[in-house]
Amino acid sequence: MKYILMMTGTKAGVEGYKSWSEKDIQAHFAFLMALNEDLTESGEFVANEGLAMPHQAKVVRAGTDGLPITDGVFPEAKEFLLGYWIVDVESAARAYEIAARLSAGPGPGGVNLSMPIEVRQIMTGRRDEPQ
Amino acid sequence: MSDPTPQPACESLLRDHAPHVLGALVRRFREFDAAEDAVQEALLAAATQWPLQGVPENPRGWLIQVASRRMTDRIRAETARRRRETAAALETEPAVAADLGVDTEEDDTLILLFMCCHPSLTASSAIALTLRALGGLTTAEIARAFLVPEATMAQRISRAKQKIKASGLGFQVPTAGERAQRLASVLHVLYLIFNEGYVASSGPQLQRIELSAEAIRLTRLLRRSAPEDAEITGLLALMLMTDSRRAARTGPHDELIALAHQDRSLWDRSEIAEGIALLTAALAKGSIGIYQLQAAIAAVHAEAPRAEDSDWPQILALYTLLKRISDNPMVALNHAIACAMVHGPAAGLELLDRLDAGGALRGHHRLDATRAHLLEMVGDGPAAIAYYRIAADRTESLPERTYLLSQAARLSEAAAGSRGGA
Repeated sequence: MKYILMMTGTKAGVEGYKSWSEKDIQAHFAFLMALNEDLTESGEFVANEGLAMPHQAKVVRAGTDGLPITDGVFPEAKEFLLGYWIVDVESAARAYEIAARLSAGPGPGGVNLSMPIEVRQIMTGRRDEPQ
Repeated sequence: MSDPTPQPACESLLRDHAPHVLGALVRRFREFDAAEDAVQEALLAAATQWPLQGVPENPRGWLIQVASRRMTDRIRAETARRRRETAAALETEPAVAADLGVDTEEDDTLILLFMCCHPSLTASSAIALTLRALGGLTTAEIARAFLVPEATMAQRISRAKQKIKASGLGFQVPTAGERAQRLASVLHVLYLIFNEGYVASSGPQLQRIELSAEAIRLTRLLRRSAPEDAEITGLLALMLMTDSRRAARTGPHDELIALAHQDRSLWDRSEIAEGIALLTAALAKGSIGIYQLQAAIAAVHAEAPRAEDSDWPQILALYTLLKRISDNPMVALNHAIACAMVHGPAAGLELLDRLDAGGALRGHHRLDATRAHLLEMVGDGPAAIAYYRIAADRTESLPERTYLLSQAARLSEAAAGSRGGA
């Protein structure tokens, strides 16, 4: 079963990250790398991407002419997607366990950040014959 | 220099022999990884030499001999290395198997399958290992079929091997007492591989259809090694008859089409004919099992020229038998459907209530979808719509969600139409 684990952060958190100490930044990066290594080793890793800082993020809508209308979102939005993991696991419980580990990544001074991780199951393309 | 890429005929010959050769080596040397390497080297040697010098009279014997020679060299080198490292002169000589012929009573393919479908493995590990060891698929191909990165799949396969080794009973041939149980898990893994391919969507996942073909090929291989086993034959029959419906089960926009609405002229008649012949042979042996029964149900469907000609009393009788020997909740669900077709939807709904109370299927979308279908048969449109939507909320499958929402939409549009018309 595949799950996506979405790491979100607040505007304050995103701004605060810029003033982390070098040691804290490196510790957090090492934590993420170790997680990916463990997931590959356990045969559960599918994908992981980190997203660029949300300052330049745009929301795009098509106008009546079909052309894009873009809005900056950083000033208004409270929460941002920071990155995601896709894992292929035996159970939902295992996906939650990985999410909890992700959530407990080290922040300033090595303190557990307890970040919110949204866990969603990815739909399959299974085509069982309907009755 | 000749091109080492094997000719198509030579390649399929090698693919057929590879599992036997690997099985023989694993059985003698009990070293999976090293045996796999040695078999790869032997296959490469064959692919370069056979097109030039001709295929040897006994190709399998040739491959086993070359592979075991490589294996023996490897063990000797390894032992020598260990001697140098530890200076332990008491190291025993490796057993050199000079008699590696094809004279084994228990077929090596079966032994290899018993090992790959080891009870200590999860289903997904057993599937990966079986495809790697017997399927002749590369790790990259298996990874693509399951939509995971190659490194992840490589790790799964390697962990599976370690687990078998750690369990300590990896390479033993099961005793007569264990055999039936171990064979059941082998058949289950083959069935899962088939199903992975069968239920996969087309388009970007087209690769996965190869999984069904591979499962059928492996089941044929297994059947050759134990032709008297009625359940192996039954499984092959079931796969063929299920596969025969492949072209009919999706529409032009990839939408799911229920059995009752499929264009039966699209069913593959040759697969059906072979499946029925196999099933007839299996049933004559007298020991009935879950695969023969499911194949028998598939055969009853296959024999009906139109959905409304289906012999539902016979299907119900077969599901009643199947329910007695299988505790799979899906069997109970299908039994309820068959009961509804014979005794009316109210009887089916009553069985569904009992299943819901029973717990194994509580919250499963298939139960809700079946309830919706039977409620529609009873004529309770609003309740049917509600249950189709509950099922759509619960399914993990995108094509199925689309199908269930379409059913709900069809019923609500019909209701709106009749209100508008009245």
